[in-house]
Amino acid sequence: MSAHTISVRLENKPGALARVSQLFSRRGYNIQSLAVGPTEHSDISRLTLRVDCSEHSLEQIEKQMHKLVNVLRVTELRPEEAVERELALFTVNVATDKRAELVALSQVAGARVADIGRDAITFEFVGRPDEVEAFEELVRPYGVRELVRTGRVGLRRPSAGGRTSPSVQV
Amino acid sequence: MSRGSRMLGSDAILRALELEGVDVAFGIPGGAILPTYDAFARGTSVRHVLARHEQGAGHMAEGYARASGKVGVAIATSGPGATNLVTPIADAWMDSTPLVCITGQVRSSLIGTDAFQEIDATGITMPIVKHSWLVQDVEELPAVLKAAFHVARTGRQGPVLVDVARDVQEAEFEFAYPDDVDLPGWRPPQKVHPRQVREAARAIAEAQRPIVYAGGGVLNADACEELRNLVDSAHLPAVVTLMGKGCLPDSHPLNYGPPGMHGSKYANWALNKADLVIAVGSRFDDRVTGKLSAFAPGAKVIHFDIDAAEVGKIRHADIPVVGPLKLALAQLAEEVRAVAADGRAARDPWLRQLEDWRAQFPFRYARSDGQLKPQTAVEALRDLAGDRDDIIWTTGVGQHQMWAMQYLVCDRPRSFITSGGLGTMGYGLPAAIGAKAARPDATVVCIDGDGCFQMTCQELATAALERLPIVAVVINNGWLGMVRQWQEMFYDERFAQTHLTHAVPDYAQLAEAYGCAGFTVEHEAELEDAFSAAFTAGRSAVVDVRCDPEEKVFPMIPSGAAAVDILETSDPERV
Repeated sequence: MSAHTISVRLENKPGALARVSQLFSRRGYNIQSLAVGPTEHSDISRLTLRVDCSEHSLEQIEKQMHKLVNVLRVTELRPEEAVERELALFTVNVATDKRAELVALSQVAGARVADIGRDAITFEFVGRPDEVEAFEELVRPYGVRELVRTGRVGLRRPSAGGRTSPSVQV
Repeated sequence: MSRGSRMLGSDAILRALELEGVDVAFGIPGGAILPTYDAFARGTSVRHVLARHEQGAGHMAEGYARASGKVGVAIATSGPGATNLVTPIADAWMDSTPLVCITGQVRSSLIGTDAFQEIDATGITMPIVKHSWLVQDVEELPAVLKAAFHVARTGRQGPVLVDVARDVQEAEFEFAYPDDVDLPGWRPPQKVHPRQVREAARAIAEAQRPIVYAGGGVLNADACEELRNLVDSAHLPAVVTLMGKGCLPDSHPLNYGPPGMHGSKYANWALNKADLVIAVGSRFDDRVTGKLSAFAPGAKVIHFDIDAAEVGKIRHADIPVVGPLKLALAQLAEEVRAVAADGRAARDPWLRQLEDWRAQFPFRYARSDGQLKPQTAVEALRDLAGDRDDIIWTTGVGQHQMWAMQYLVCDRPRSFITSGGLGTMGYGLPAAIGAKAARPDATVVCIDGDGCFQMTCQELATAALERLPIVAVVINNGWLGMVRQWQEMFYDERFAQTHLTHAVPDYAQLAEAYGCAGFTVEHEAELEDAFSAAFTAGRSAVVDVRCDPEEKVFPMIPSGAAAVDILETSDPERV
């Protein structure tokens, strides 16, 4: 078992997402994160999916995905060839006297303040998934009240050369 | 683009079926599909066969599809109508049978409210269809139906579902049927890679002990002639799976019949000792391979399939060839002619070995004076049907199915129709009715078990009233025989909940009650007369053949055992 990031271009149609995710659930695999949204074409969505599964299963699942009527392209994003980012929102408890310290710290770490309340601040942080985790570690001592992550989105790096090609040749 | 006039959605469904060349549809009306049945009343060239249960309608559509090579159509209402179709849809999914299922859905305004007879039909069937559509806008209906037929019949065939809201059926619109489909994500392979075919030909030329392993995909691809040409021109021995039965004539000298759990010893040994397995439209099912690590251990594998996802799924393919089999096999035969002429002499010892095994280990059973053996009944049917030009056999699932596989001789494509992957008890009778609707001039015989028969026997009414005469032969051993066999062999003869009795119901009387002819056979001497009478009854007939309840299917590869360790009897000392 190892973690894989799969990028899927699919038609923006009802049920398309369920058809893709069902290929994992029927095999008992848990999807770690899934992000889906529109692309440069309004009728096409791109889905980025992170899953822990065996290499052989993944190959099977990719081939099965290619057979789905709504799926246009399936690509595995290998870390060395992909740009991957994630957005996270953190609401952190903070007493008034610690506010300045926390804001200064977050700015150094590259986060933005999204909202300030009486006893808490919401930060937005965009970065690589490992950077999101590092920021979480940084603010944890203050007390994280709520946290939400979009899950990673990714694209193949143009600098990796070649066109983005499907990982499975049919 | 085919233009019509203004019409209702319900009429558009029937116009689409007509334009797709559908001559028969199978179904049952109900609330949410009522407008479409009203369209039937307004007139159509599509014959509707009224089943007694939607499961029956679905299996009839499957039998129709497998007998004709066309897409089968089943129609049902929402809720329970749709859920009753789930088993046939799953069956068609597992056996790659092209099916378009049309279900009514509650009105758009009620969807999601747990309305009367509302069920999420597309949701329930999602893992067992190639694709499905929920239609809530009548303008989408023509394109959806066009796409549904296209997806069901192209690539690896299989079932699709079109769920149509009731208000869509009632809505009026300008009907135009598209000439083409707009499915950017549906691109089944159209070609085969010439380099792969050349490599396959080279491997065949070099092989000392090649074996073709042909499956149901050959029938679906309409590639039987191409397979036969290949086998003949390269002089290749072949084994043919349950689902493939008939794709290469059973009486062809190079056809070594079915491999697998209840296949012959020689077919299993042929795969085991081969140095090259040429899989054609077959999928290394566990019922064929037995213990995978011991399956064809010394063989290189060439895998021909239309479905890339099957290649390498179970067994690594040394030479994968993805594409339409008809094309692939024709190209392979060409290539083989070019390179493989010399290989033939080198393979003579292998062919002699296979012949020796076949002579040594034929399918066999011990006759007994007191008891009628089920195999004897199947042999009598085979002999009686031998002089009929067009015969179609269907079966249920279990012991009788395995005996039918072992003892029937099918020399033509689409003459043996069975439930393989899902193993659906109750498949045989409705599939026979569907096959008869597809090929009215054929003699259609369902070889069934008593357990199977009781799961769908209400369809005798359909056979009688729709004038689709079929013969159902109930191999009645009074038990859920295959389960009983496992209980005897692997559960120390603890026969829990498998005894059905020979006598209840009385199948001959049941047949008469449904307007069919009924016959009961208790002795071998009565078989021929009863079968002859059933074949010439002029209406559907049921023959209750009361057999030895203890007879078991052999040979047998116990679950999880290596195929090469196949048992010839339950007593290993007697092998």
